[in-house]
Amino acid sequence: MVEETRIITKFLRDRPDDSWTIDAALENGAYNGLRKALDMTPEDIIAEVTTSGLRGRGGAGFGTGQKWSFLPKDVFPRYLAVNGDEGEPSTFKDHMLVERDPHQLIEGIIITSYAIQCHHAFIYLRGEFGLGAERLGQAIAEAYERGFIGANILDSGFDLEVVLHRGAGCYIAGDETGLLSSLEGERAMPRIKPPFPAVQGVYAAPTIVNNVETMSTVPHIINRGGEWYASMGVNRSTGTRIFSVSGNVERPGNYEIELGMTFRELIYDLAGGIKDGKGLGFFIPGGASSPWLIEEHLDAPLDMDSVQSELKTMLGSGAIMVFDETVDPLLVAWRIAKFFAHESCGKCTPCREGSGWLEKVLYRMSHGYGRPEDLDLLLGFGNNLAPGLSWPPGMTTICQLGPSTMSPTVSLRNYWYDEIKERMTRDAAARGEISVVSA
Amino acid sequence: MPFTPANLELARAAIARYPQKKSAVLPLLHLAQDQDGHVTPDAIEEIADLLDLTPALVLGTCSFYTMFKRAPVGKLLVSVCTNVSCLVNGGPDLLDHLQRRYAADSDVTVEEVECIAACDLAPVLQVNYEFHGPLAGDAAGSLIDEYKQGKRVARTISGTSVRSG
Repeated sequence: MVEETRIITKFLRDRPDDSWTIDAALENGAYNGLRKALDMTPEDIIAEVTTSGLRGRGGAGFGTGQKWSFLPKDVFPRYLAVNGDEGEPSTFKDHMLVERDPHQLIEGIIITSYAIQCHHAFIYLRGEFGLGAERLGQAIAEAYERGFIGANILDSGFDLEVVLHRGAGCYIAGDETGLLSSLEGERAMPRIKPPFPAVQGVYAAPTIVNNVETMSTVPHIINRGGEWYASMGVNRSTGTRIFSVSGNVERPGNYEIELGMTFRELIYDLAGGIKDGKGLGFFIPGGASSPWLIEEHLDAPLDMDSVQSELKTMLGSGAIMVFDETVDPLLVAWRIAKFFAHESCGKCTPCREGSGWLEKVLYRMSHGYGRPEDLDLLLGFGNNLAPGLSWPPGMTTICQLGPSTMSPTVSLRNYWYDEIKERMTRDAAARGEISVVSA
Repeated sequence: MPFTPANLELARAAIARYPQKKSAVLPLLHLAQDQDGHVTPDAIEEIADLLDLTPALVLGTCSFYTMFKRAPVGKLLVSVCTNVSCLVNGGPDLLDHLQRRYAADSDVTVEEVECIAACDLAPVLQVNYEFHGPLAGDAAGSLIDEYKQGKRVARTISGTSVRSG
């Protein structure tokens, strides 16, 4: 039987009643990593994090230490923008980390700010997190009172302001450049790269954008060393990660595991398998943006690189949605398309127009109004939205939202092409639109 | 109505937290919504004035975000998720049930929302941005009625804590 490996979720699991309070956090050794970090040089911290192999936990999986090293030398001021906008459907790990261990997050932010020599950090928190904003706001105030944030932190001479910035209901603010637009008081429309945020981010100044889970991991790497962290995991996917498992499983929830565990172990051993003893229909491995997987992929390891190269999908934000055999894949595809059509910011034409088309055609297909040629129609224009219809997709838009809208449809093609065509033909015949000549 | 003196003070404090004051558009819109129950055209003008922006820019930002309501809503905003994990756990039925139950109740606005990051609680809803789940139709109705009767204290219409002010 496999088990969780709790590093960043250990304390919040052990102290479910008060883990968010400063007293409980200090008893648990919160801010010890900060004390250690302030005795190190910024370069040493970056080196330690690079050694750990930590990769961004928001979705893209970019090396954290490497990202920090992209800051142009001697250009100041610099900013840190922490991405807590968590909007990828079925991801709910940052929600937990913010509500239940805000001091761990704040400690990671202070250490990171010191490492990249920034004096102003923003936490962009999803607007809908009412309790999260309350607890994080309280925790920031406490950290100021105790001298962990503010001027001359712990007599080190290092100053830092931390601002909690609440979003207001918008998926694309979770894209790193969309987040910067939103932080500047504008519509959260992504910006074309380059320039990358590390060169020109918020207020056109060098900016590092890191996810909440990434930041929450940093204190542990400083406390226990980059090599310790790198000793866990598999290949270039080092350490642990929180996976949010939901849908038709017995025990939906967040599970922190060492990377390299298989999908089967995570879904069946930890999350209890399919609810009510049913069989598996299909599962989505990395949020609504990722192409889907089926039974034959269950024994693949949770390794960011092999999931991309072998399975042609991604671990993304770590959201695993599981559907039993009775769930209609077309209905799920339509609902995801509806989400993307709602959240498309409208900046790039292929996404603005394409996401709406997809939603309309998938609606009729999933509700008995489909036509035999519909799936081919979607794949035809979808090739202009996600060129190649594979993973990673080609890009025709500024951000990843555009091509991601095609993931469900590509999955329908991969697993149920003939079945769907037959069903659409039957539906059209039942409406009397075509006559079916049986072979 | 214009910001009350107390809220104007909060607004100025929010502006001071940012290196550039334009960043305060979202915080000020939340503040205005909390005060008036929705974002009024006057609030757009006042925020623009405070931040040296055009009202068009503030409105353009405001209208992009689903949490900002530009028409009055009930004192209780019930947001029901129907995205995929809730879809397969009864989210659409829950939404339908609550929409019927509160169709004629001006105190309660029921809306369909996209994934609110609490899928382990599916089907999940929020009442003024407080999470509740998993909930079937009648249990959800009873819960909302407890808010209506004051047995539960609701957050503001933007989800700001009533405890910390």
